[in-house]
Amino acid sequence: MVKEDMQHILVALVEDKPGVMQRISGLFRRRNFNIDSITVGRSEKEGISRMTLVVKGDEKIVEQVVKQLNKLIEVIKVSRVDERESVVRELALVKISTKTDKERAEIVQFTNIFRGGIVDVSRDSLIVEITGSSSKIDAFIDLVKSYGIIELARTGLTAMVRGSKK
Amino acid sequence: MQGAKAIVESLKREGVEVIFGIPGGASIPFYDALYDSDIRTILTRHEQGAAHAADGYARASGRVGVCTATSGPGATNLTTGIATAYMDSSPIVALTGQVATSFIGKDAFQETDIIGITMPITKHNFQLRSVEEIPKIFKMAFKIASTGRPGPVLIDMPKDVQEKEAEVEFPDNVEIPGYKPRLKGNARQIKKAAEMLVNAERPIILAGGGVIISNAHEELLKIAEMLLAPVATTLMGKGAFPETHPLALGCIGMHGRKAANYAITDSDLILAVGTRFSDRSTGALHCFAPEAKIIHIDIDPAEIGKNVTAHLPIVGDAKLVLRDLIKYLQAYQLKKNTRWYEKVQEYKKEFNPKMDYDDVPLKPPRIIKDIMDTISYDDIVTTEVGQCQMWAAHYLSRTKPRTFITSGGLGTMGFGFPAAIGAKVARPEVNVVDIAGDGSFLMNIQELATCSENNIKVIVAVLNNRYLGMVRQWQELFYNKRYSSVYLGEKTDFVKIAEGFGVEGIRVEKPSEIKEAVKEALKNEVTTVIDFIVEPECNIFPMVPPGKCLKDIIE
Ligand SMILES: Cc1ncc(C[n+]2csc(CCOP(=O)(O)OP(=O)(O)O)c2C)c(N)n1
Ligand SMILES: [Mg+2]
Repeated sequence: MVKEDMQHILVALVEDKPGVMQRISGLFRRRNFNIDSITVGRSEKEGISRMTLVVKGDEKIVEQVVKQLNKLIEVIKVSRVDERESVVRELALVKISTKTDKERAEIVQFTNIFRGGIVDVSRDSLIVEITGSSSKIDAFIDLVKSYGIIELARTGLTAMVRGSKK
Repeated sequence: MQGAKAIVESLKREGVEVIFGIPGGASIPFYDALYDSDIRTILTRHEQGAAHAADGYARASGRVGVCTATSGPGATNLTTGIATAYMDSSPIVALTGQVATSFIGKDAFQETDIIGITMPITKHNFQLRSVEEIPKIFKMAFKIASTGRPGPVLIDMPKDVQEKEAEVEFPDNVEIPGYKPRLKGNARQIKKAAEMLVNAERPIILAGGGVIISNAHEELLKIAEMLLAPVATTLMGKGAFPETHPLALGCIGMHGRKAANYAITDSDLILAVGTRFSDRSTGALHCFAPEAKIIHIDIDPAEIGKNVTAHLPIVGDAKLVLRDLIKYLQAYQLKKNTRWYEKVQEYKKEFNPKMDYDDVPLKPPRIIKDIMDTISYDDIVTTEVGQCQMWAAHYLSRTKPRTFITSGGLGTMGFGFPAAIGAKVARPEVNVVDIAGDGSFLMNIQELATCSENNIKVIVAVLNNRYLGMVRQWQELFYNKRYSSVYLGEKTDFVKIAEGFGVEGIRVEKPSEIKEAVKEALKNEVTTVIDFIVEPECNIFPMVPPGKCLKDIIE
């Protein structure tokens, strides 16, 4: 069972053209693939975007995902990222309700422990920015849940293989 | 140069000689430019007919077929044809008019998001944004449609881009960074395949549509003879191997030949070439060739391991891979496996299908036999969908690639007749016969006008059972004979309809009249509809019930 739901990270280099995202999300829907998250942004090359996809499934499914993605004309390259050999990061913004000074101090303390930052303070709330692996963010959220999370925004994973290799 | 002219010039540079389609507001500038060109325009009576005709043209010739429609309803009418071509990997380019760029997104008159609609049914699609990019996009479109695993490509052409003027340059080639089909197979894998084939006791070759697309039929024949290995085909592979050959088993699958289904179940090694192992071909997967290892050759890596597990995958163009395979096989002292050969011959003899029925009303196998005996192996047969298609696939022998054209993947009723028109336009020197069901023919019957007005001569052989026969058969067998919405009635008169469209119609009720009618149709200068009155509740057997194993084929 655990194996079935394995999480896999794929990095795709795609042409920065209108409709690319639709092609990719359409493909996932049509082929019944499960995506956890997609992040997109510019890459080091002009006109080429870099996407990180987190997909769930067994080995056979992930292989199909890679092959089907590769078939899209605007997808230039798809690689599978081994989490152990890569830097994997996610950014989260968490708006937490803080009713008392004590609560505020506690959140600040947690944030420091998690090497996050307070990016906004108001009378009865704080926004915390936190970066790291998904499990680190999960842990932080778990910790501050009891204070009341007013809003949560997670970016989804982005990843890069360590070392000089591309 | 004006955009529309650049479009026409691009088409000419790709060698396009004919376009099937219907104009409309958003494609008038394009049609205006076509008016001055020597590209032949064939005005179909429905855009679906245009798309299937382009598809039939492509399948008959191996060249890209082109169809066109206006924006909105014209474009959406093309979609069934595009999806049909997509499922069967047929190279067509569809050109759609679109509202002017400034109107896109405003729900303008006859605006539809054809790019969004066709994303999952095209190999790729483009929307023109400027006149300057026209030559490059057309070059890319034809390259993508016709190479690798072929498929439909759509180009959406906003009206203002057709009308505007700009300087354009026509490139001889284009680079598409994300598109590099792998043609040459991995040598080590192919060597391994040779070794496996030589050591197999009961090898079988399964030829799919990819063999026809890559023109690999000669190589396939050579390998079959070298190994004395029997050859079964999928529906799409029909014609990839001469069905009159002693090693030929015919089609496997739900309505395949019993001998083919038995032999593949017995085999210990399958050399599968250019097939995607569709469920209609394999039957239930757990009992599909349970003892066999599979060598899977396909140009599309995503097909390998999708439905069945390949023990030896080889990605590449079928012709190139088979050529290499022959080379490696030649290094062996091939001992011919006569035991297996004899077993296969026994199956073939035992299950040789009966066709010479004399019944009135007619039995379809007899009609197919008489058609087959009257036409030549060079002639092209297209089919509609349903029992008619399966009778044709089961009983009609074909010996040459591109002489059997059918909607395999999508199973599109209404495909066969317009596809026959396209095939005839591509290959005017041969006869083209559509083996039709009455229900299917009615879905694009308006194209009779296209035939008569453009002097296109095909033959439509209607197996008229007054039913949506295939659905009726399923209702009879699996739904207690509850015939829900399958009876088409007796009032439709195909002979009169033919006459009304200015073509010939012949009604045939007796076995003795079949050949005469076909001969007359072959002689006629215009299209002929032959209305064969067949036994209404005749079933197509043998049949593998849905979800059952190939060897559980019932009669
Ligand atoms: C466009 C379309 N609609 C519905 C179907 C479902 N369908 C499959 S076979 C069939 C009956 C076909 O009837 P006919 O053309 O008369 O052929 P027959 O089976 O009677 O030989 C139907 C309705 C289909 N394949 N395609
Ligand atoms: Mg019928």
